[in-house]
Amino acid sequence: MATNSGFREATGDLRLESVTKAFGDFRAVDDLDLVVPRGSFFALLGPSGCGKTTTLRMVAGLEQPTSGRILIGDTDLTGSRPYERPVNTVFQSYALFPHLTIRDNVAFGPKRRGQKDAMERAEETLRLVEVDHLAARKPAQLSGGQQQRVALARALVNRPEVLLLDEPLGALDLKLRRQLQVELKRIQTEVGLTFIHVTHDQEEAMTMADTVAVMNHGRIEQMGAPADLYDLPRTTFVANFVGRSNLGTGRVVDRDGDHLVAEIQGTKVKVPLARAGVTDGEVTFGVRPEKVRVLRQPPETGGDDVKGIVLDVSFTGVATEYLVRLPSGAVWSCYEQNLDVDPIDLHRGDDVWISWNPAHAFTVPVDEAAAKAAAEATA
Amino acid sequence: MSALAHVGGTSGTTGAGPAGDAPPQERAGRRWLPYLLLLPGGLWLLVFFVVPLLQLFTVSIQSQFPGYPGYYYRDVNFSNYLRALTDFAPQFGRSLLFAALATFFAFALAYPLAYAMAFKAGRWRNIMLIAVIAPFFTSFILRTVAWRQILADDGPVASTLNALHLLPGGRITETAAAVVAGLTYNFLPFMVLPIYASLERADARVIEAGGDLYANGFTTFRTVTLPMSMPGVIAGTLLTFIPAAGDYVNAELLGSDGDKMVGNVIDSQFFRVLGGFPTAAALSFTLMALILAMVFVYIRRFGTEELL
Repeated sequence: MATNSGFREATGDLRLESVTKAFGDFRAVDDLDLVVPRGSFFALLGPSGCGKTTTLRMVAGLEQPTSGRILIGDTDLTGSRPYERPVNTVFQSYALFPHLTIRDNVAFGPKRRGQKDAMERAEETLRLVEVDHLAARKPAQLSGGQQQRVALARALVNRPEVLLLDEPLGALDLKLRRQLQVELKRIQTEVGLTFIHVTHDQEEAMTMADTVAVMNHGRIEQMGAPADLYDLPRTTFVANFVGRSNLGTGRVVDRDGDHLVAEIQGTKVKVPLARAGVTDGEVTFGVRPEKVRVLRQPPETGGDDVKGIVLDVSFTGVATEYLVRLPSGAVWSCYEQNLDVDPIDLHRGDDVWISWNPAHAFTVPVDEAAAKAAAEATA
Repeated sequence: MSALAHVGGTSGTTGAGPAGDAPPQERAGRRWLPYLLLLPGGLWLLVFFVVPLLQLFTVSIQSQFPGYPGYYYRDVNFSNYLRALTDFAPQFGRSLLFAALATFFAFALAYPLAYAMAFKAGRWRNIMLIAVIAPFFTSFILRTVAWRQILADDGPVASTLNALHLLPGGRITETAAAVVAGLTYNFLPFMVLPIYASLERADARVIEAGGDLYANGFTTFRTVTLPMSMPGVIAGTLLTFIPAAGDYVNAELLGSDGDKMVGNVIDSQFFRVLGGFPTAAALSFTLMALILAMVFVYIRRFGTEELL
């Protein structure tokens, strides 16, 4: 077969410059700027309909942006066809060719590019993903996990500059998903390609990616290393979508050295200035559930605390989750690791004090829509 | 399932016991169910297909009662088959040729139509589907008679072509071309629908994957879309070729005496030739055997696992 004359060689970082994709009045992706460094494992995380898959399809060339540019290195790929791009996709439903054997599925890309050693490349890549013993079978004869590996091999074999993964593990059961997460990360490190992984599973994104971009309503809410995103969310949406957060809305009332003092529904709390996304006026204050301690007695030293009543206790093995109703009516969740020989032994209706170190607290701008959506999701 | 097994290890193993070896009484009852469901259809086929077929076979090897035209006696006389093949070889040849041509033209017309319906029609899809199926609401014979009028010597098509001096023979009806055109028209929906069904079922993502893996539009069609629709193509060609080879209405209404097919011979041997019953039966059996053999070779050559 003749190679595609339109094929564009390109190396470097993937760059999206003010990319917008509108379907009628709906902006699926809204003025998106993004740089994905070459060789990184990048995750686009967000709920369904947030624009993450549309972004991926625009990088693949399966959709064209309404406006903006997509580049790899200095090569502008905007407007080029999928088969002209050094980009391959692992589709959500695997999308293997049902009429071809596994070997022919994987050799499909190299053959189209006129590579003489297409079959050897296919065998080699099948060995990398550990399904070389299935090479002669048809896709319908494979399990979901095996098909997933073949789909990955079929994209990897081309050594694309950017490899796109569209919810690749979404259809697999939990145990297999965990196993493949580790393996995907190993393969990415081994081949050193840029991986862009689209998922709605925050745990999956955080496990694998170097950098996570949290998307909502066609925009990136926050981007950073998984630990940074978790430790210091910058919006209410991120605070709720990446892990969970105890949030309360109030106003900034004072400063105390390098801390901000806010009054949240009748309780005065402190937040380090460096962790304050908002420094005056209305704020949403937050603490992660595992940073909150549940105590029978009022705490003696430091920290912020508030009295409440236990609403519910759920034992999960490594930890116990307590739901505590505060005087304001808000319900906070607290995870206590089951480290002590004598359990805390709390029951519904018990009076407790909850306490946290202000160094874990953060403030984000008030966003009632996001808070409401999160409340509905957990209710 | 695995999550459940993890939570309760012991209850999981004990739970597997009863599910693994189900009570024998229930098993035995279930075993008969498929046969029970097969029974009505099987009986129907036995009475209205197998028995008449055997009857037809016994007729095909009967002999004429000498001196009494139209009377037969039970015999094992295979000369009827020899006669069928030698005397009516041209009609056999024509049947297979016309059917093959009609299948080819129907495929050439149907594939683009089915493709457009499956991928490009959008909200017009259902209207196009209805347009394909609508002819079934009229009788097959009426539709063929209508074609006879459309293609008639003083009809719009023939007179226009004649006025432009584009019709060498001067007429369309009473030609082999008209018979092939009639067959193509009549069996077109049987080609369109299976191809449409297989294209419509094809996962759009799989076709996108072709583009993602460096195949341009035409290459993707050749290496992905077309192979994926092969079950439909095979079903369509069989559904067109088999009835077209046995058809006699189109040759009767649109062709001349020189365009007769096997179906016409069987028809006339049965109804118009005194003492033609054994010949007609032998012709029917020969046609059936020929078609079966061709279909078998065809499926062995191009067939997919779904059909065999």
